[in-house]
Amino acid sequence: MKATLRRMGLVVWIVVAPVAMSEDLASLIAASFSDKGQATLQRLEQDPVQQHCSRPRDQTANDEIAITLRQQRLDAVVFPEDGDFLGDWQRGAAVAASGRGLQSNDDPSIANGGNCYACHQLAPTEVAYGTLGPSLTQYGLRGQSDAMLRYTWTKLWDTHAFNLCSHMPRFGAQKILTEQQLKDVMAFLLDPNSSVNQSTEGPSSSY
Amino acid sequence: MRRQSDNAITLYHLVMMMPRWCLLLMVVPAWADEGIFDQYRDLMGDDNPAIFVIEEGEEFWAQVQGPSAATLEACDLGLGAGITRGAYAQFPRYFADTDRVMDIETRLIHCMETLQGRDRTVTTAKPYSLRGDFGTELEALVTWLAAESEGVVIAPEQAHPKERAMYAMGEEIFFYRAGPHDFSCATCHEQSNKRIRLQQLPNLTEHTEVAEAYGSWPAYRMSQGLVRTMGWRLQDCFRQQRWPRLIFGSEVSIALQTYMAVNAAGGVMTAPGLKR
Repeated sequence: MKATLRRMGLVVWIVVAPVAMSEDLASLIAASFSDKGQATLQRLEQDPVQQHCSRPRDQTANDEIAITLRQQRLDAVVFPEDGDFLGDWQRGAAVAASGRGLQSNDDPSIANGGNCYACHQLAPTEVAYGTLGPSLTQYGLRGQSDAMLRYTWTKLWDTHAFNLCSHMPRFGAQKILTEQQLKDVMAFLLDPNSSVNQSTEGPSSSY
Repeated sequence: MRRQSDNAITLYHLVMMMPRWCLLLMVVPAWADEGIFDQYRDLMGDDNPAIFVIEEGEEFWAQVQGPSAATLEACDLGLGAGITRGAYAQFPRYFADTDRVMDIETRLIHCMETLQGRDRTVTTAKPYSLRGDFGTELEALVTWLAAESEGVVIAPEQAHPKERAMYAMGEEIFFYRAGPHDFSCATCHEQSNKRIRLQQLPNLTEHTEVAEAYGSWPAYRMSQGLVRTMGWRLQDCFRQQRWPRLIFGSEVSIALQTYMAVNAAGGVMTAPGLKR
């Protein structure tokens, strides 16, 4: 209740003085951090999506700005030039398992990981999976239709194209993963032989 | 610097031994058990290696140091000069002598400067230990002072306008998304019953959960063999958020601690905690 009231107060404040608030906040934040390794202060400057999504979840209304931003993200998705969406699922499994990359203490010359297991269940044999995102075990049962390929690619490339303010990183749009890595993760999700799509209990009835 | 009594070595061995058989007995057959680490903690009981750091901190408090050859015993932590019992539980708070809202870590640095005459660039050069270190003076002091608030109700001051402004800033920063991964504090800490890999994540917008989380820092991290403070915890969160380095004692650090402390108000300090 107390927190709700505070948030309501904050909403009023944001509406009344949006410019003052963002300037104060930006300068406060900039003064509180220092460059370290590849993690420079430039990273603290928000793009329109980040700005729009920097509010408590219950305040993120599906308004006109949201619709516009989502369409912009959708229009900006880059699909594989050769039309081939699927790489090597085993290499994709390695990308999904690696949590390294882009931290101030990471070596930028080594490939980034996707850190998929931080938030998602994938291969049922990996028990150390997070729960911030939905389970993707047996994802491949959804098939490999053109629509599924394009949907999954878009989700990985820029999750905000479908679900604005999703917690998931924009792996393609923000250049966290390369096109080849994304293809490999696609195969990890969709290849029938991938460990994601194996089960000791028979096919899942979820889909 | 740290004394290794026979007792300490026994305890150290216990700590090192436990993860192995705990993993065999408990963790494997109960992966989905949300309370697995609570069971582990219960097994440890009062055997928190932080007790040695507490002793060390108390000694630092009374140790003559610096050009002024003084102790920290006259340091005002908000309840009056030298009063340590319950002081931690009321941080962050406004101090008229600096005209700033301070967390306990920056307040200690302030006392080292004003009472002991120690150069702040030296005392803040390495506030937190690196892996493999024995722990810093600041970590020991904070651990002891947290123990001096054990069982005390979390009650940060929110009377001064600067304290309230700090809370408002903290809430803004909590939800501020930035960096290549678009992460904010809220990405991991605005939902209940979620985890990263197997690590449970407290919902810091929810009173009960934030009280438990905030009240358990500083904490002994078994994976690192060190006591870690809330200031360190925030720095490491931002590293994982792919943000630049959070400056020790910065406004953002104090604002976020204020946000958590106020959300936790009414909860009880249990620190030093014991964590994976």
